Parts: sequence; structure tokens; C-alpha cells
Amino acid sequence: MRTRHIAIALLAATSMALTACSAGSLGSSDDKGGDGKVTLTYLIDNGQETLKVAEQMVKDFTAKNPNITIKLDTRPQGTDGDNLIKTRLSTGDMSDVFMYNSGSLFQAMAPEKNLAPLGDTENIGQLDKNFTTAVTSNGKIYGVPLGSYMAGAILYNKDVYAKLGLQVPKTWADFMANNAKIKAGGVDPVIQTYGETWTSQLFILGDFANVTSADPDWADKYTKNQAKYATTPAAEAGFQHLQEVHDAGYTNKDFASAKLADGLRYLAQGKGAQYPILSALLSQLIADNPGSENKIGLFPIPGTDAAKNNLTVWSPNGVYIPATTTGAKLDAAKKFLAYIASPDGCTSQTTASTPTGPYAVKGCTLGDVPQAVKDMQGYIDSGNSSLALEFVSPVKGPALEQICVEVGSGIRKADAAAKLYDEDVKKQAQQLGLEGW
Amino acid sequence: MATTTVHRSARTRNSASAAGRVRAHSPYTSWFYLPAAVIYGVLFLVPTVIAFYFSLTRWSIFDSKFIGFDNYVTFFQEPGLISSLWHTLVYAVLTSGAKVVLGLGLAILLTSQIVGRGYLRSVVFFPVLVSTIGVGLTFTVLMNPERGLINQSLDLIGITGPGWLTDPSLALISVALVDIWKGVGLATLIYIAGIVSIPQEYFEAARVDGAGAWDNFRHIVLPLARPATVTVIILSLIGGLRSFDLIWAMTRGGPGFTSDVIASVIYKQYQAGFYGLSTAGNVVLFLVVTAIILPLSRFLNRKEVEL
Repeated sequence: MRTRHIAIALLAATSMALTACSAGSLGSSDDKGGDGKVTLTYLIDNGQETLKVAEQMVKDFTAKNPNITIKLDTRPQGTDGDNLIKTRLSTGDMSDVFMYNSGSLFQAMAPEKNLAPLGDTENIGQLDKNFTTAVTSNGKIYGVPLGSYMAGAILYNKDVYAKLGLQVPKTWADFMANNAKIKAGGVDPVIQTYGETWTSQLFILGDFANVTSADPDWADKYTKNQAKYATTPAAEAGFQHLQEVHDAGYTNKDFASAKLADGLRYLAQGKGAQYPILSALLSQLIADNPGSENKIGLFPIPGTDAAKNNLTVWSPNGVYIPATTTGAKLDAAKKFLAYIASPDGCTSQTTASTPTGPYAVKGCTLGDVPQAVKDMQGYIDSGNSSLALEFVSPVKGPALEQICVEVGSGIRKADAAAKLYDEDVKKQAQQLGLEGW
Repeated sequence: MATTTVHRSARTRNSASAAGRVRAHSPYTSWFYLPAAVIYGVLFLVPTVIAFYFSLTRWSIFDSKFIGFDNYVTFFQEPGLISSLWHTLVYAVLTSGAKVVLGLGLAILLTSQIVGRGYLRSVVFFPVLVSTIGVGLTFTVLMNPERGLINQSLDLIGITGPGWLTDPSLALISVALVDIWKGVGLATLIYIAGIVSIPQEYFEAARVDGAGAWDNFRHIVLPLARPATVTVIILSLIGGLRSFDLIWAMTRGGPGFTSDVIASVIYKQYQAGFYGLSTAGNVVLFLVVTAIILPLSRFLNRKEVEL
């Protein structure tokens, strides 16, 4: 008898201990009251501007839908954030609505298994085709766009250009010639900020429009393991450019430790003339450095051919509903997504943060935008733009930022770096189970 | 109370021998092992065995595919592997060696008759209590080449400080220095315990024989504090070999790959979603640490017996 008691007590104690270990109800305790009130959790990244936009949007949306409350939750950006998203999806612990990249990272979430399709949601028909292809899996749309299209390009200080009498370069040779003059004028020609390693990749990622114009099928061949960075001169050029800029001493002195915010400040103050970066950072640049709206211009990363001076474009992030959101919460979440995909949603975004590119929702207007956005719009309207590699191929190596830091700091040569990166992407392709690797 | 205990153990022994097993008589039944066994099994044994299996698959969070030893092949072909192994070794030996030397020196100072001994002991031990990530982030700010306090102070006396964490040849050493600063308190504590447990009679006898401070150290403290030395070496070497948090907080393996250690290589693979590959890496790390520590610990402990 006694032994059995002990056994039962142990069993009870163990199971209690185990339940205590399992991820309990984190937050969102009062989901539903009796009066149809719903509380949604909304996971966003911890970028300054993302938070501002999300707060404004939630405020405007809940004003119209008083029965829905939305709680914001933030996550880190970059690979830490990727990890968190995948882990929370797989453990069924995802918030009711979340924001994440479109394109290859969207595909990596296994959308058919983990996300709720938006087929019958209002306003889905109003979305731009370029965006919906980036959030479609097996013919079903899973996301609505947050933010605007952005470009991977060179932001430049127009005052410095005007003072030194420079023209916007159309080829890499022109660009380097400009750099020589800028340096002679006592300004750092190219800003680099390896304190935040991801910023090092722009000379490669933002150069992809040039790769596409040299060979329109390159991305396809790349996905099938038939084209390589190291063996395609147009693709390797990105690494070469990075090395040339470092070898010529054209970067700011503190490139190894400077952070993104430092880089934006140098550009706004004219301490540096040109900064290869994502155009979405314009809003942070303007917010941190008031009065710089019309001092900053934008041009594509130049290639070899002046006639094909194309801009590399990123599709906006998506907002998704995980498959774990059901019932009243699902309805509320769809309502919220429909709001994001409406012109009212765009207005919310514009109120919170200066738009840094065209929206992917039809019927949205930009209003008064900074000079760099007008420059960008020019390239997109005239058809001189193409999508970045991550939207046309799922193959992206995780170590690109470190490799770029090495090339940009003179630790590794460009050709060796291109070879190393080709090795790096192999693992990604194998993990994804692609054919031919 | 006493009767119940006797009664119970007798019953247990009866039932045990009835089942054909004879046990050395212990007042406790083997059921008492169960809670610990369940926790150890569920949280440690099962995951370890599963990890060995999953290192042979290519898995994502959603499914897995058996691929044999491909992960190990890929892991050993990893371009950064050799350099990261080398960095791991340099880091472990550097931090472990410095902790032994500095720990012993500080322990001797702090067991001697000096003013404010108790206070100084807590000061030396204090960094051990602070969160590693906090220490890492603080030193990242202090070691900033242009705006960091360290280089600004050096500027005042006319020295241009190096880029502690941005110079490829210095980054790993800078992190090791911070690790030493943070870990030396524990080594000191172990040494203090070792030194104060040496009986005073030895020192008295030595004084009668006319021994000086150096002789005391060389012939009494050093040999008799050997168990402490062994503990410090083993602990800090294991810590150094699998160190990750401080390196990640300070350099993330950078600039480029110049301060990557095995643990950070594995972490980056995990982060990139190469779960099978990183599991294989963890198995390798486990084997490497065992291969270094097991013989070393045998060797050091044997020496201890011979004394």
C-alpha cells in the first residue's frame, strides 16, 4: 500500500514539475470577455521606426474598432529574430499577428503548415503584384504589406556634391573618380559602419540589379547551382568594389566600430559624402537629423554599363497570422490585416513615419516626400529597377555579413571572399533541400 | 517513530530479497532515486541520446531527413573550423594560465596581513557576480577605439590606443583579457581556500629553520596548494574551451571571423537554421572537450597522489 502511495505521489509531483516547465500562457490572459471584446498580440521587430508605425496603426485601428485591443510585443532584428520567429512558430507559441520579411525568409517559415491563408480577407485584391508574389505559397496569399518598397542604393549628401561640382555617377569608374575628388575635398567619400555588421553587405546585395542586367537568368541558374559568385564577373564585382573602396582608403576612419546611427549622422552632417545603405533608413536619418530631408539624394550602385543604370529594390515586409490563431481572434486579426492593406493603413504609416518609398497598396498616395524618395521613385517609374536576389532565389548564405566585413577591412581579398561565400550558400541550399546541390 | 522506520526497512528488505535481489542494507528504498533519475533522464540523458541521432539528420523545426555522416563531413570542411579551433585553444590556454598566475598571486596577497583584507577580497570577487553579458557590453563601450574610456584615457598621456575589438589581431586577446578580469576572482577564492587550509605548523617549522618568504612560497604554499591549482586549471580550461557568452556579447566572432571559437561557429550555424549541422558540431565540441580534459585531469590528479 505504502509503496503505491509513494509511487502515486511521485507521479503527481513529476507531472506537476513537468507542466510547470512547459511554456505557459505568456501574456494575453483575458482573450475574450462576454461582450465580444478581443485582445490581440502583435509581434514586431524592435526598430525605432517599426515601433512608431505600429503604435500609430494600432491607435488608428482600435479607434475604429473599439472591441479589439492590440498589445505590441517586440523581437530582435536580424538572425536572432529569424530564430525567434521559427522557434515560436514551431512550438505553437506565436503571437496572434506578427510582422516578418517577405520573399525567401517568408518561404523558410513553411507557410502552408504554419500560417493562415488570407484568401477571403477584405482588400487583398488591392495589393501590388510584386508584393503578393513575395508572400504567396502554392497559390495562396499569406501576408499584407507593412512599410514601403525600399532600395539598396547609395545615399549621398547633395551639398557635398554641389560644393565639389560632382555629377551623379552612372558607372563604377565615374563613382571612383568622384571619390578621389571628394577625398581631395577633405570629406570621407564612402561611409562604412561595421559596428553593425549587416550594413556591410550593401555593395553586394545592392549590386544585384547589375547582375540581372548582365544576365537576366542568373538568379535561376544560381538557385540550381549552375552559377557562382566566384565564376561570374558581374556577381564578383560587388566584392571587388568593396575591396577597392577599402584599398583606396575612401572609408571613414572609424569604419570598424561605427554604428548605423553614426553613419547616418556623418552623411547628414556632410562628414561623409556617400553611404551604401537601404533606403528605408531614410526615415531614421531624417528623424535623428532634422532638416536633412532635401539634402540627401539617392542613386543606384553603379555597374559597368552607363546605359543600364538600374536600382535594386526590396519588397516590403509582411504582416501574417499564424495557424494557431483561431475563432474570434482570427476574425479580429483578419480585420486588422485588412486595415493594414487599405489606404487608411497607408495614411497611418505616413502619419507615424516619413515614407521611404512607394507603398504596395493600390490607391495610397505618398504626399510630400524627401528628395531621396523622389529619386528612387524616378528609377522605379522609368522601369530601371529589379528585385533583390532574396526575392528571386531562396539561396542566401548566413555568413555574408562577416565575409563583407573581412573584405571591407582588408582581412580577405575579394576573389577569396567570393569563393568562401559560394561555400557558405551551399549549406543553405542543402538545408532547404534544393535540387542540384 | 523509530519503530515505523525499522518496520518499514525490514519490509522493504523482505520484498527485495523475495524479488531475488540482495541489497546492502540502506535505510532508504531505491524509490528515493526516482525523482532525481526522472529529472536527470528527461532533461539530460534523453536529449543527449536524441542529439546523437539528430546529428545524423538534416532537420528543420518541422521535419527531418536521415543523411548519415554528411553533417560531420560538412562540419569538418567548414572553412572557419581550423581557425576557430585554434582560437578556442589560444583563448582557453591564455585565460586558464593567467587565472592560475594572477589567482595565486592575489590569493597570497589576500591571505597575508594587509589593511582592508576583507574589503579587498570582496573587491576581487565582485566581477564574478556580475552578469557576463553585462560585463561584455560594458567593456565593448569602454574599448571603443574612438569614443571608449580606455583609449581616451590613453590619449591623455599621449598614447594612441589600438582598436581593441576592431583590430583583427587583437580582438580575441582583448576578449580574453576581459574574461581574465571577470574570472580571476573565482580562481583567487579557490586559492585562498587552499592556502588557509595549510597547517600553520609548517610555516612555524620553516621559520625555525630560517626560511624566508620565498622559501615559504616555493616549498610550502606551492606544493600544498596543488589541489587548488588542479581545480583552477580544470575549471578555467573547461570554461575557456566552451566559452561563448562573453565572445558573443563583445565581438560576435568578428571582425569577420577573427575571434570565432567553436561554440560561436556552432551557434551561428544554429542561428542560420542548419540544425543538423550544429548538432553535429555540438557532438564534436563535446568530444573535443572530453578528449582534452579527461587525460589532463587524470594526469594532474595522479601527480597529486604522488606528493
